[in-house]
Amino acid sequence: MVEHEQRTPILPALFHGGIEPAEHKGLTSESPIRRLPVPAVLHVPLKQHIGNPAQAAVQVGDRVRKGDVIGKADGFVSVPVHAPTSGTVTAIDDYPAPHPSGLSAPTVTIEADGTDEWTDLDPRPDYETLRPAEIRGRIREAGLVGLGGAGFPTFIKLNPGPDRPVDTVLLNGGESEPYLTCDDRLMRERPKEILQGASIIAYTVGAKRIVVAIEANKPQAISAMLGASAGWPQIEVVAVENRYPMGAEKQLILSVTGREVPSGRLPADVGVVNQNVGTAFAAYRAIVHGEPLIERVVTVSGGAVAEPANLAVRFGPPIETIAAACGGYADLGRLIMGGPLVGSALHSTEPPMVKETNGLIFQTRAEVSGAAALPCIRCGACVEACPVSLVPNEMYHLARNKEFERVQDYDLFDCIECGCCAWVCPSNLPLVHYYRYAKSEIQAKEREKEQADIARRRTEARDARLQREKEEKEAKRRAKKKQADGGKAEKESADPREEAARKAAEKRRRMRGEASGEAGTEQAGGSGDAAAGTDAETASDEPNQR
Amino acid sequence: MWVAIVSLGALSLAIGLFLGYASRKLAVEEDPLVEEIDARLPQTQCAQCGYPGCKPYAEAIARGEADINRCPPGGQETVEALAELLGVEPPSLEGEERPPSVAIIEEDKCIGCTLCIQACPVDAIVGAPKQMHTVIEEACTGCELCLEPCPVDCIYMEPIPETLENWKWRHPERQQPADEDTAGGKVAAAGG
Repeated sequence: MVEHEQRTPILPALFHGGIEPAEHKGLTSESPIRRLPVPAVLHVPLKQHIGNPAQAAVQVGDRVRKGDVIGKADGFVSVPVHAPTSGTVTAIDDYPAPHPSGLSAPTVTIEADGTDEWTDLDPRPDYETLRPAEIRGRIREAGLVGLGGAGFPTFIKLNPGPDRPVDTVLLNGGESEPYLTCDDRLMRERPKEILQGASIIAYTVGAKRIVVAIEANKPQAISAMLGASAGWPQIEVVAVENRYPMGAEKQLILSVTGREVPSGRLPADVGVVNQNVGTAFAAYRAIVHGEPLIERVVTVSGGAVAEPANLAVRFGPPIETIAAACGGYADLGRLIMGGPLVGSALHSTEPPMVKETNGLIFQTRAEVSGAAALPCIRCGACVEACPVSLVPNEMYHLARNKEFERVQDYDLFDCIECGCCAWVCPSNLPLVHYYRYAKSEIQAKEREKEQADIARRRTEARDARLQREKEEKEAKRRAKKKQADGGKAEKESADPREEAARKAAEKRRRMRGEASGEAGTEQAGGSGDAAAGTDAETASDEPNQR
Repeated sequence: MWVAIVSLGALSLAIGLFLGYASRKLAVEEDPLVEEIDARLPQTQCAQCGYPGCKPYAEAIARGEADINRCPPGGQETVEALAELLGVEPPSLEGEERPPSVAIIEEDKCIGCTLCIQACPVDAIVGAPKQMHTVIEEACTGCELCLEPCPVDCIYMEPIPETLENWKWRHPERQQPADEDTAGGKVAAAGG
C-alpha cells in the first residue's frame, strides 16, 4: 500500500464543494465477484439505455441462443438488446420496469433451456486491423452502454467527430458513491482485460494517452491496475482524492486533466473521452471475444440484505431472485437501484436487473433518513456543497413554485443530480427530487411545443391545399360554364372545422341563453348532417390525401 | 428666417416620405400579437373555442372579440399563459379539461368513406375510398373532429398512456397523497 502511494501521488479534487459521506463500502469490498446461476426465467426489457427503446426482433415461441439479438436498435440514440441465455421466448409484453415511476415497459421474457448455448460469435483479437468506424459498429451491435449507471450508448461517445480531436481516454474508476464496490472488484480481478478494453477505446477515438483514475480509498485496485499496466507506456494510473462526486464525468476530468468541460459541452470538446472501467471491460469482451453485453457486475448491499455481495448477473432476473441469492432481506425501508445518492428508489423487487444496474441497495428503515422536511432557512450549505457551483437553494424555490423559465436561468440543466445539496441540507429537503421534477416538466413542455409546431405546420399545409383545390374547382367550373352555359352550379363543400366551430358557438349561445332565461333553442340540432352529405358526394373524386 | 423654414420644411418632407415608404415596404405582414397568441395555443385545431382553428381563435383574441378561456385542450395553463401575455387577470377555463388522447379507427369496421379524412384538421388520417383508413398517431392532436362524421362509429378516443418516455417526476409535495390537488403546498411541505 505504502509502495503505490509513493509511485502515485493523490490528485486533489479540483471541483467546487463536494461531500464526504460514510462509505459503507466495507460491506462488499472484500467479497469477490460471484456468478449468479442463470435463473429459469429472464425478463429482458427492450429499453436498458438512454434513448429510444429497442424494437422486438423475436416472436413468442422463438428459440434463441445466448447473444442473439432480441431487440433491434430504433433510431440513432439506441442500441440492440440480446438474449442473456439460450431458451424460448415465452412472452413479449409489458413487465414492471426498474424505474422510479413503477411503470411497466415492453419486455421479452425468456425461459432458459439450461444449455446456455452461445450464438455464432465473431471474435477479433486482431482489432487493430479494423477501422475505428467498424469497431464503433461492433460496439453498437454488442449493445454497449455506459455501465457507470447512466446507460448512455457507448458508440456515440466513441464518435467525437473530426472537429473534436481527442488526446486522452480517461478510465473512470472513481466509484465515489457509498456502498458501491463493483468497479473496485472488477479492477482488482480483471485489470488486464480492463486495460485491453481501454486500448481498444483509445484506438477507436485516436487518443495517444490513457489515464486510469481511481479514488484513493481503493488501494488494492490501484495496485492491481498499476501492476497490469506495467508493459504499457501509454497508460497512466493515478489516485484521486476521496471526495464525492469524484466519479462524476466532468468533475473527474477537471481533477485529473485540469480541463473544465464548459456548460452544455461534451468531454470531447476538451479532448477527453471518459469511460467507466466496467464499460472498458465490456468493450474488451465485445471486440476481442465478440460477445454482446449480456451481463454485468452489481453490488448488492445495504443493511437489510443478509449477505451483501458482488455478483456477475445476466440481465433479466427479478431483483427478488438476486436478493434471494444473497440470503434474502428483512426490515426493508427502501430499495435503491444505483448508489444511494444518484440512484432512484424502486417500488418493488419485481423489476429485473438491467444494464444500468450497478447497485441494488436494500436499506433498513433505520438507514433511511426519516426526518421530515422543514422549510428552507437559506443557510447556503447547499451552495457550498454543489460541485457544479450552482445555487441549489434558489433553484429549489423556483422549482417548487413552478417558475420553469427562471429556474433555467440558474442553469438547472447543468445540475448532475449528485445529491450533495440534499445531503448537507439541515432542513432535510429532497432537493434533487425538485430538480428532477422541474427538468421533466420543462422537457415535457418542449415535447408539447414540438408537437404543437408539427400540428401547426400540418394544418397550414392542409389549409393551403384546400384553398388550392377550391381555386382549381372554380377554374374548372368557369371553363365548363363557358363551354355550355347551362351547367349546374357545383355545391361548395363546407369545411368540417367551420361546421364544428359554428356548432360550438351555437352551443355556447344556447348555454348562455338558458342561463339568462331566454328561449334560444329553436335551432337546437340537425345542422351537422347537411355538410356531411355534401362531403360524401365529393369523396369519390378525392383519393388518398397523402 | 426663410432659410430656417425652407430647410426644416425640406427635412420634414424628406423624413415624411421616408417614413411613408418604410411603413409600406417594411410592414410586418402579420400581427405579431396573433403569432404570440398562436404560439401559446396547443394547436389541437379542435374548434371547441367556436373558431375554425387555433389561428382564427388567436386572431379573434387579438381583435378583442374572444375570451381567452375557451381552449379546453390547453387547460387552465394556457389561460394563464395568455393572461400573462395580454396583461389581464386569468379567468377560469370554460369547458372541461380532458386527458390528451389520440383517435383510433377500428379497422375491421371501417367502410372507407373518407369522411374522417376530410374532417381531420391536421391530415393525420390516411386511406382511400372504399379502403381501410388509419390514424397516424404521432400526428393526431386528439381534436375529436373525426368522431362525428363517421357513419359507422368506428372511431374512438384513447387517452395517451403514461410510458417511461413521457413519464414525469411528480412535484415532491404532491407525491404522497396520489394526485390529490386539494392538498395545499404549504401543508404538504410540513408533512414531507
